[in-house]
Amino acid sequence: MGSYVPSTKEEQKQMLQDIGFQSMEELFASIPDEVLLKGSLDIPEGKSELEVRRVLEGIAAENKVYPSIFRGAGAYRHYIPAMVKSVISKENLQTAYTPYQAEISQGILQSIFEYQTMICELTGMDVSNASVYDGATAAAEGVAMCRERKRSKAYISSTAQPEVREVIKTYCFGNGMETEEIPEKDGVTDTEWLKSHLDKETACVYIQHPNYYGTLENPETVAEAVHEAGAKLVMGVNPISLGIMKTPAEYGADVAVGDGQPLGLPLSFGGPYLGFMACTDAMKRKLPGRIVGQTTDRNGKTGYVLTLQAREQHIRREKASSNICSNQALCALAVGVYLAAMGEAGLEQAAVSSMSGAHYLAKGLAETGCTVENQGEFFHEFVTSSEVPAEKILKALDEQDILGGLPLDDRRILWCCTEMNTKEEMDRVIRTVREVSEC
Amino acid sequence: MLVFEKSRPGRGTSVLPPCEVETVTLPKKDRREKKLHLPELSEGELGRHYSELAKKSHGVNDGFYPLGSCTMKYNPRIDEETANLPGFTEIHPLQPEETAQGCLKVLKFSETYLCEITGMDRMTFQPAAGAHGEFTGLLLIKTYHESRNDTKRTKIIVPDSAHGTNPASAAMAGYSVVSVPSGPDGCVNLEKLREAAGEDVAGLMLTNPNTVGLFDKNILEITKIIHECGGLCYYDGANLNAVMGTVRPGDMGFDVIHLNLHKTFATPHGGGGPGSGPVGCKQFLAEFLPSKLVEGEEVLTFRKPASSIGEMKSFYGNFQVVVKALTYILTLGREGIPEASRNAVLNANYMMFKLKDLYDMAYDQVCMHEFVMSLASLKKETGVSAMDIAKGLLDHGIHPPTMYFPLIVDEALMVEPTETESRETLDDAIEVFRSLYELARLNPESLHEAPVTTPVSRLDEVTAARHPVLRYRFEESL
Repeated sequence: MGSYVPSTKEEQKQMLQDIGFQSMEELFASIPDEVLLKGSLDIPEGKSELEVRRVLEGIAAENKVYPSIFRGAGAYRHYIPAMVKSVISKENLQTAYTPYQAEISQGILQSIFEYQTMICELTGMDVSNASVYDGATAAAEGVAMCRERKRSKAYISSTAQPEVREVIKTYCFGNGMETEEIPEKDGVTDTEWLKSHLDKETACVYIQHPNYYGTLENPETVAEAVHEAGAKLVMGVNPISLGIMKTPAEYGADVAVGDGQPLGLPLSFGGPYLGFMACTDAMKRKLPGRIVGQTTDRNGKTGYVLTLQAREQHIRREKASSNICSNQALCALAVGVYLAAMGEAGLEQAAVSSMSGAHYLAKGLAETGCTVENQGEFFHEFVTSSEVPAEKILKALDEQDILGGLPLDDRRILWCCTEMNTKEEMDRVIRTVREVSEC
Repeated sequence: MLVFEKSRPGRGTSVLPPCEVETVTLPKKDRREKKLHLPELSEGELGRHYSELAKKSHGVNDGFYPLGSCTMKYNPRIDEETANLPGFTEIHPLQPEETAQGCLKVLKFSETYLCEITGMDRMTFQPAAGAHGEFTGLLLIKTYHESRNDTKRTKIIVPDSAHGTNPASAAMAGYSVVSVPSGPDGCVNLEKLREAAGEDVAGLMLTNPNTVGLFDKNILEITKIIHECGGLCYYDGANLNAVMGTVRPGDMGFDVIHLNLHKTFATPHGGGGPGSGPVGCKQFLAEFLPSKLVEGEEVLTFRKPASSIGEMKSFYGNFQVVVKALTYILTLGREGIPEASRNAVLNANYMMFKLKDLYDMAYDQVCMHEFVMSLASLKKETGVSAMDIAKGLLDHGIHPPTMYFPLIVDEALMVEPTETESRETLDDAIEVFRSLYELARLNPESLHEAPVTTPVSRLDEVTAARHPVLRYRFEESL
């Protein structure tokens, strides 16, 4: 059996005697007999480190690791610089709690302050929090923070990622906000429909740009209409795209959210990822979650603390803006290291390579007879439809250890390219799809 | 110095190759115009920068960390290695199920073992943290009542000793909060609970052992009162580390629970996450769970519960954290899990008994895994507050206990040593606590000044909140 208890049985006995007890059971005497567990837990016997390693390696081996992935749809395989893993493995950072004791937590607090600055830079917004759980919960919290006394309805674009729409609805089921989906027209948010529905009860509108299909939306048109109705625009964005894309602030967003996973976090079957949230200065006191601020110590030395805590659950309890406390701090550190290692030029390179790769692949697939469905410009994802069943295409790719795009239905596939996909890989995908289409 | 201040134009790293295919650009109207400032440092400079940040942080391996309610036990290294196997990190969440059988197996095993430890029937791993689990659990309760067309239940009962997240979660789920006072024994006041219970009560949120470190002996009566009025009982698992293998929430009458894998199951807290807050429930609530349940024996499949509350987060939760917790459970096993809890309780009592002649204990009786001291009388006599003692501990390399919580205790310090500390560490800490008590009497001024050995002294939180500086400003000329 493995154990992390240092005290030997003999030492435990001595400690008990030292404080006047004969047995461990005496310490549990306050628990009524009728609730005590009879017998032992029905779980396996403990194991040594080597045995446990073998078990977990065996389980991991039951997964198929694809050397080549063309699937995104909310989780993206980008290159992670070696520095990222090295930093997040540092035990002082990895094993610390939330930095309540600022004097011995300056490293963590500073890393969050740097992260907040980078998120503000990426999004163009004024204020960022220290992160929330993921992009979907960031969107849901973003919608919730726009609620006002007389405005409690949210319009959610149906071109947003399905998981994100789902999570927004779940949160709104909780807090009592009404939601309605904006239909899509030609693969983007139907702005005419939206204009005819916005009213005095609208709290906010949520759109994703680039949208679920990879297509660029018309955020400026949406922002104008939303603001004219006195409501707020919450915009979901892909952080890699922001290396080259106009910022949500420039488009007119009040709140910018997204999943930080593409910035240095592995796929890991869906988590841990990170939700980033940034807003205008006017909305900063409604922003949920931890926020780090700069200040000085008693000797005038610059330092960092958790701040604006009057918004938070441990002070406001049932009147708090959200219940979030633990967030994704170590993931925020990873994002900070990623962006520092990539720099402006590196991030731009990742964005350009991803977008260019997607266009190369789309062109190649179109030549095999697939139809590229996106009507407007797209970033690094696109949808094809084909006479050939999606299942057949994906199976042929799988046989070559390629994880193809995500099947949206029998005939449509949502593809994604990143800088991880070489030209040789893309040519192999095109060749395979052609072969499948021809036979 | 901030990473931005170390940046110099033209420096940087070379991470990515040039684009291999014809480059495409965005339409002009969508192109970024605002200059993006990201650091430009060599890899060596970056390495130094983050080493410097690490030095200015206090992790579990840097010293004793008796932060009450947070269970800062040792984080085993093997857990990090297993969670970082490429067979887990390289798996796309939308891969076909048949190619992710190992991941489904992790979820299935974790569910089985944690249900056994807690006395629950089913569990979801989607919630990313304890508070997220609470919100999930409350939505289960809400959906359950709605499914029975029982729509008049608008209240959640929460004891006044509860974690701040409990009332905040109840509010997020659309409930109003009824606070029930604790009795002089630190336990729920049964009479007041009976008064609060009624047809408008959706449920009760409780942690047991409670936040003053005591096991509420009336627990069966408490859950009975709530069930009799038609409500459900929610168990906040923050304090489960006291009772694993001794008593199970499911056997105490709880219907739904959350766990904090980053506390009880030894996964690192990362300076504020990622955590994992799985939610377990009794069978009659299973079809309301979010995300997907893992079914099957040989071949595992995902199944969406029939009346699910909906998704709480994308995909299946903080999966890597679950791998770490599973590794921990497999290591400790049937004997090690209860042994951990028993030693957590022993260590807490050992410290409490060795301090209580000097420090006032909020409840002078045998405690569970943590105890709460009140420094009210010390403050009255010497002017030295709980905050001052906490800051004094920093100069001895000890992370202070949780301060000013629970709210029902004046000048509270909440101490949770955990089971992974040796007797020598506890003895050293006891010595420090005792010396600080003496210092409070001899030289209170020095404690108002503490800490003096840390990278910064006490920080001006008031100015930080009044004139918030929340990001670095770049000179526009750059």
